[in-house]
Amino acid sequence: MSQLAPASRSKTVTALLVAPAGLFFFFLLVLPLIVVIIYSFGARADAGGYAPAFTLDNYANLPARGQAFFNTLTLAPLGTLLTALFAYPLAYFLAVKASPKSRTLLLVLVIVPFWTSQLLRYYAWIMILGSKGIPSWLAYLGITDLRIINTPWAVLIGAVYGFLPLMVLPIYVSLEKLDKRLLEASADLGANSWRSFLQVTLPLSLPGVATGSMLVFILLMGEYILPQLLGGGKVFFIGNALVDLFLQSRNWPFGAAVSTALVAIMFVTIVIYMRFVLSRGDVRRAALV
Amino acid sequence: MRLYAVFIYIFLYAPIALIAFFSFNAGRYAMDWQGFSLDWYGKAFTNPIIIKALVTSLIIAGCTSIIATTVGTLCALGLERMRGSLRQLFDALIYIAIMVPGVVIGISTLIAFVTVFDAVNPALEAIGMARLQMGLWTVIAAHVLFNLAVVVLIIRTRLAGMDRSLVEASEDLYATPFATFRQVVLPALMPSILAGLLLSFTFSFEDFIIAFFVAGPNTTLPIYVFSSIRRGVTPEINAIGTTVLLTSLALLVLAQFLLRPSAKAR
Repeated sequence: MSQLAPASRSKTVTALLVAPAGLFFFFLLVLPLIVVIIYSFGARADAGGYAPAFTLDNYANLPARGQAFFNTLTLAPLGTLLTALFAYPLAYFLAVKASPKSRTLLLVLVIVPFWTSQLLRYYAWIMILGSKGIPSWLAYLGITDLRIINTPWAVLIGAVYGFLPLMVLPIYVSLEKLDKRLLEASADLGANSWRSFLQVTLPLSLPGVATGSMLVFILLMGEYILPQLLGGGKVFFIGNALVDLFLQSRNWPFGAAVSTALVAIMFVTIVIYMRFVLSRGDVRRAALV
Repeated sequence: MRLYAVFIYIFLYAPIALIAFFSFNAGRYAMDWQGFSLDWYGKAFTNPIIIKALVTSLIIAGCTSIIATTVGTLCALGLERMRGSLRQLFDALIYIAIMVPGVVIGISTLIAFVTVFDAVNPALEAIGMARLQMGLWTVIAAHVLFNLAVVVLIIRTRLAGMDRSLVEASEDLYATPFATFRQVVLPALMPSILAGLLLSFTFSFEDFIIAFFVAGPNTTLPIYVFSSIRRGVTPEINAIGTTVLLTSLALLVLAQFLLRPSAKAR
């Protein structure tokens, strides 16, 4: 080692540092994804699984899971939007209105639910929205025949509930960094507080909204547990279709085509999103923090 | 505004409170209060299936967090020293690993493992060795992949915000690169390394969907909870959930307490 020139020695060290991670990425990410793409052109073996072939049938067959694509592509953006709408006022309260002393505690309290089992929290919502929960209380008020569980509404409530912490944090960070003197200047120039909010605070906090939305959207697109538990098999996402295709009907090539389509849709959406929303320099800088 | 915040906190905590509340239920049905009892805690912790699932999950999360944090930290340090297209390749891989949904990671690793097993097992059998099969190690491998990317991002943010002049000062004082690393860089990275450990442990411990595909015959705690939700839960599950919640809260408080001195140094 000592005979090597310093430059090449430091290159060796660098290579050794990234090698283990490189092996993980290659064998568990790149290679498996390539295998999935190859499978997506294959045929289903008679006993289930994969048989080598080259066919586009699996892609032509995608409309057979059209409902799953439709549910995912409507409820994931809608869930993201609702989460942002519910998270923003809380983030604003924490960053601007709350006293500095209670702020840290309140912030931790937003995060804590995120550390508890997702399965159990959705299970709690099955109880709350189920026939013995809110519908039975509403029955006392004379509102009967209200069904929430196993509808898109239940999935949306679950989305807001599950991902609120992830949305609050980035918005809070961008609001907290906001230079308060800008608001003073705005007030000095005669803007009322509503107008200051619309023209100063809101635009400057959009990076946080953009980051949070992207996180939540990515997670919602691949969600399995949420539609499974709160949609009860009636409101199913692409994730549910995939589990069914791989573990029940064992049609691996078709499942591989659905996976490829899902990843492709996400990839294109994210690239477009980055182009248009995050391409503004100020937004990107803040979003990467 | 304040009222809205109160409403959101109720929204966030009511379900958790409900879970904890019914763990003390004497009856066996959810939403049907039969009086106070600690029976379900006793039953849960003497149920061998639950204990086994819990131990399995702890082993997987423990191994995952240690491997992912080590490999991820090394990778972040290496990437700091890299320029050019190879670095861009790593950046792309990290973002892909984070973007690809858990379902797809589960499926693709399942397919890859099965393909490799099918290819290798006849040869292994021929020379009298044990067949490869799904087990804890396949779950750990798939979990490390995902958490590794998260750790790299965390450590990297920290490295980017680090004061380079300390490293330069150390070098000026003739410290060897390793001494500089051990005495300057590593202490500065410690809070992020701990954060990486904590996050990857939690993600691994909580993961259902990846383990669902690659755990083979093993049952992790989330898999057990999921299947019992479908079968109809007994308050045993509530008792387990409440215990896990209280334990992780205690650990969080402990971590906060331990990290405080270094947080001040920041």
